[in-house]
Amino acid sequence: MPANFVPPSGVEYIRVLPEIILAAVATLIMVLEPLTPAPRKRALGYLALAGFAGALAGAAAAGWRTGPAFSGMLEVDGFATFFRLLVILAGLLVTLVSFPYLRREEAESGEYYALLLYSVAGQTIMVSAADLIVLFIGLEISSIASYVLAGYMRREKLANEAAAKYFLLGSFATAFLLYGIALIYGATGTTRLNGIAQVLSDPRMAPAGILTGTAVALMLVGFAFKISAAPFQVWAPDVYQGAPSPVAAFLAAGPKAAAFAVLLRVFMTAFAPLTGRWLAIMWSLSLLTMIVGNFAALLQTNIKRLLAYSSIAHAGYVLVAVTAHSEEGVQAAMFYLTVYVFMNIGAFAVVAYFSRKGERYVEIEDLAGLGVRQPVLAALFAVILLSLIGVPPTAGFLGKFYIFQAAVKADLLWLTVLGLLNSAVAAYYYLRLIVIMYMKEPGDSLLELPGMAVSTRAALWTSAAAVVVLGLFPALIR
Amino acid sequence: MNPMWIDTLFFYFFALLVLGGGVATITCKSAVHSAISLIVSMVGVAGLFLLQHAEFLFAVQIVLYIGGVMVLFLFVIMLVNLDESMQMRQFNRQWLLAVAAVIAAGVQAVWLLSKPADLPAAVPQVPGGPGNVQRVADVLFSQYLLPFEIASVLLLAAVIGSVVMAKKRL
Amino acid sequence: MESILNSPLFIPLILTVVIVCCVPLVAGYLSLVERKILADFQVRLGPMRVGPHGLLQPIADALKLILKEDIIPNQSDKAIFWMAPAVSTFTALTAFSVIPFTETLHVADVNVGLLVISAMSSVGILGIVLGGWSSNSHYSLLGSLRSGAQLISYEVALAFALLSGVMMAGTLSMTGIVKAQAERQVWFAFDNFGLMLVPFVIYMIAAIAETNRAPFDLPEAESELVAGFHTEYSGLRFALFFLAEYANILVIASVAVTVFWGGWLRPFPNVSWLAWPLEVAFPLAVFAGSGILCIPLMRRLPSQPQRLFLLAVAAALVLIGLLFLIPAVNAAIVGLFWFFFKVSLIVYAMIWFRGTWPRFRYDQLMNVGWKRLIPLGMAAVMVNAVVGMLRG
Repeated sequence: MPANFVPPSGVEYIRVLPEIILAAVATLIMVLEPLTPAPRKRALGYLALAGFAGALAGAAAAGWRTGPAFSGMLEVDGFATFFRLLVILAGLLVTLVSFPYLRREEAESGEYYALLLYSVAGQTIMVSAADLIVLFIGLEISSIASYVLAGYMRREKLANEAAAKYFLLGSFATAFLLYGIALIYGATGTTRLNGIAQVLSDPRMAPAGILTGTAVALMLVGFAFKISAAPFQVWAPDVYQGAPSPVAAFLAAGPKAAAFAVLLRVFMTAFAPLTGRWLAIMWSLSLLTMIVGNFAALLQTNIKRLLAYSSIAHAGYVLVAVTAHSEEGVQAAMFYLTVYVFMNIGAFAVVAYFSRKGERYVEIEDLAGLGVRQPVLAALFAVILLSLIGVPPTAGFLGKFYIFQAAVKADLLWLTVLGLLNSAVAAYYYLRLIVIMYMKEPGDSLLELPGMAVSTRAALWTSAAAVVVLGLFPALIR
Repeated sequence: MNPMWIDTLFFYFFALLVLGGGVATITCKSAVHSAISLIVSMVGVAGLFLLQHAEFLFAVQIVLYIGGVMVLFLFVIMLVNLDESMQMRQFNRQWLLAVAAVIAAGVQAVWLLSKPADLPAAVPQVPGGPGNVQRVADVLFSQYLLPFEIASVLLLAAVIGSVVMAKKRL
Repeated sequence: MESILNSPLFIPLILTVVIVCCVPLVAGYLSLVERKILADFQVRLGPMRVGPHGLLQPIADALKLILKEDIIPNQSDKAIFWMAPAVSTFTALTAFSVIPFTETLHVADVNVGLLVISAMSSVGILGIVLGGWSSNSHYSLLGSLRSGAQLISYEVALAFALLSGVMMAGTLSMTGIVKAQAERQVWFAFDNFGLMLVPFVIYMIAAIAETNRAPFDLPEAESELVAGFHTEYSGLRFALFFLAEYANILVIASVAVTVFWGGWLRPFPNVSWLAWPLEVAFPLAVFAGSGILCIPLMRRLPSQPQRLFLLAVAAALVLIGLLFLIPAVNAAIVGLFWFFFKVSLIVYAMIWFRGTWPRFRYDQLMNVGWKRLIPLGMAAVMVNAVVGMLRG
C-alpha cells in the first residue's frame, strides 16, 4: 500500500450515493432476472423505479454535502446536483413510459431496466466529473447502454439500423473526444478540469496554441455528436425513428442533458482561458444546428423523425446559451434543458402510446381526429407542443426568453435575431400537428385505440404539469 | 556499445512497425491481412512501451490487444465470407483527403517538436524504487480508484448489452 | 576475452543459443518419451527399430520431416500459410526467455516475467488460428476455431490460477516468485494450509487445455477433424507446429514448477539434514540408477552395435550421476537438476492423463472452463488472499 494513500472518507461515499444506488439496483435486477418468470418481469421494472427514486434521494443527500470526492475525481456542487436530479428524473419518467410499451411489444426483460439504470448512472458520473478520465468513462457507460437500448427490439429492421448507426458513429465520435483528451493531457500534463484551466491561463506555462486548439476542436466534435449539433446530427433522425419510442425519449433527454452539462463544465471551466478561440465556432455551431433542425423538421412526415429534428433544433437554442458564455447563459441553459426534458418525454410518451404494437401509427397524418376522440390526451399533447414552440405562459417560452436575454446581454444580437426567426419557423411544424389533431377527420388510425396505461398517464401528466408550472413559477428551479 | 544508439535504432524500428502496420491496415484488400497489419502495428506500440521502460504496459498491450481483442477480431472475420466482401465497395476512396489530413497532422507534430519549450517537461524517471507493476498499482488504487471502479460498471453494462443482442428469447 | 565473459549479455546470449538449439531436440525426444510411455500403458513396446529401443527415432523423424515435400494448398493464403508456424514457434521459444532454470541461469529476469509468458502464449493462439484459416480447408478452419475458442477460454482460468501464486509472492518476476518460496520455506502448492493446491489443480487442468492435449485435444480430434488446424501442413512447416506444441508443454510445465513447485529449490528447502540425501544422493541415484537399469535391457537387442550404443548411454548416465559427487559442480547443477526433475514429473503426468482419460465433448469442455474453473479460480484468489492476509 502506498505511503500517501488516504482511504476515502464516509462523506465521499455519500457524494457518490446516486451512482452507487443506480449501479447496485441495476446489478440486483440482473441477478434477479433469471429467477423471475416471464409474466412477472414487470416486478423488475418496479424495482428500477424504486432505484431511480432512491437515486433521487441519494442525489439530494449528496447535494447537501457538496465538495470533491475520491481524490478530486468528482466535484459534487450545485451544478452537478441539478443535472444529477434532472437525468435521474428523466430515467424515472422514461421507465414509466416503458411499462406499457414493453408489455405491448412483449419484450419485457430485466436487461432493459438494468441498461437504463446503468446509462443514467453513467450520466450522473458525467455531470459530476472533475477529471477528463472520469468524464470519459461516464460518457462511455451512458453511451454503450444507450446503443443497446436503441437496438433493443432486435427483430425490427429499423431498430437494427438505428443501433448500428448509433454505435458506429457514436464510437467514432468518442474516439475524437478521446484523442482530444489525449492532446490536452499532452499539452497541459493533467486531466483535471481546474488543473487544465490553471495551466492554460498561466502565461508562463501556456502550451502551444496549435496543440490546445486541435484538442479543443476534437473534443468539441465529440460533444457535438452527443448533443446532436449540426453538422454532427445525421444519426439522430434515423436512431430516434428506429429506436423504441421510450428509448427515443430517453436519448433526447438524459444523454443529451448530461452531454450539455459536460460541455458547459468543460468549456466554462477548463477551456475558459481559451474562450476567444472557441466562441466563434460555438456561434456558428448553434446557428447551423438551429437552421438544420428546424428546416429539416418542416419536411418530415414521421412524428418520431420530426421530434428528432426538433430535438436537434432545441440543442441549437441551448448552444446559443453556451455561446453567451456567462453565468446567466449557464442558468438559461439549465432551465431550458429541464423544460426540454419534460416536453420531450411528454411528446414521446404520446407517440409511444399512440403508435400501437410494432409502432404502426407514427405518421403525422395518423394523428387526425385525436382531438375529438381523446380530448384530454390531445389537450395535454397540445400544451407540450405549444411549449415546444415557445408560447407563453408555458415554460418553453420562458426558456427561450432567458436564453435570448442572456445572448443579448452578451452582445450576440445577430444570433438572437436568427434564433428568433428560427423559432418562428419551428412554430409551423408544431402547429401542423395541432391542426391535424383537431381539424382533420379521424381515420383508421384511431380504431381500436386502447386505454392509456396508468404509468404513461402519470408520465404525461407530470410532463405537461411541469411545463405549465415551470412556466408560471420559474423561480422553482432558477 | 552505446545504449543510446541502440535505443534510437529500436525506436525507429518499432515506429516503422507502427506506421507501416497502420498504413497496411487501411490499404489491404483482405480483411484478414488488415487485421494482421493491425497486429503488427500493435506489436510496435508494445515495443515503444518497452523502450519507455513501461514493462507492465508492454505485457498488457500484448495480452489484451493481440491475444484478446485481435484474436476475437480474426475469429469474426474468418466466419464471414471474405470473397463476397472483397467485391464490395470499400470505404477508403477518400484517400486524397486522408493524405492531406495526415500531412497536416505531421506538419503540426513537427512544428510542435521543433519548439520543445512549448511542451510540458517530461516526467523524470525515478531510478530504482519499486517495480513497474507496483507503481502502476499504487496510482491506480489510490488516485485513480474511482475511474478504476467505474470502468468495471462500464464493462458490466457492455456485457449486459451483448447479452441483450445475443440471447435467444427477448 | 575477459571483458566478453564478464559482459552482462554473455550468459543470456549463450543461453539463448542453447535454448534455440536444444528445444527442438528435447521436443523430439519428448515425443519419443510420450510414445514409449503410452506404449507401456497399453502393454506394447513402442518404437524399437531405429537405434536401441528406438533411441534414434526422433532424429529419423526430424530428418523425414525436413526432407519431405513442402505442400502448399492451391487456394491457400500463401503469406499467412508461411507465417503461421513461425509465429507459433517464435512465441513458444520466446517464452523460455524469462524462465529461471536456476537462480542465475536465465535469459532475462524482467519484473513482469509471468505476464510476458502469458503474453507469448496468447500470441501463440494467432499462429494456430491463422494457420487453420489460411489452409482454406474446412477441417483446418474448424480445428483452428475450436482451438482458438478453447485457448481463449482456458487462458482466463489459467490466469486466475497463476494470480494466486503471484499474490503469495507479491511479484510478477519469475525469479522473485521462487525466491519468495525460499523465504516462506514452502512450495506455494502446499502453502496456506494446503489451500493453494486448488489453484495448482486448476492450473494443471487449464494448462492441459492450453496445450491442446488429451483429454482436451478436440482441436485435433482425428476422428472428426483429421488433424485439426495443421491438416494441410506438411514437411518442415508441420515440424515447426510440432515443435511449438512440445515447446509449449515444456513452458507450461516450467511455469507450474516455478510458481507452484519452488523452481530450482529442492523439496523441504529449509530442512538442513536433508541437504545431503536430496542434493547429492538423490540425483546420483536417479542418473546412476537409470544407467544401470539400461544394462538388463541390452540382452534383448538384436545386434552388437546397438548393444554398444546402449552401453555408452548407460555409461554417460552413470558419469553424469557421479558429477553430483563433486561439491563445486554439484552447487552449480543441483538447482538445474531439481528444476528439470520436477518438469519431467509434470510432463509425465500430462502423458499419463493422455493415456488414461477419454476426450471431452465440446460443450463439456466449455462448461468445465467457464462454469467450473473460472469461478473456482476466482474463489481461490479471494480465499487465498484473505487467508494469506490473516497469516500476515
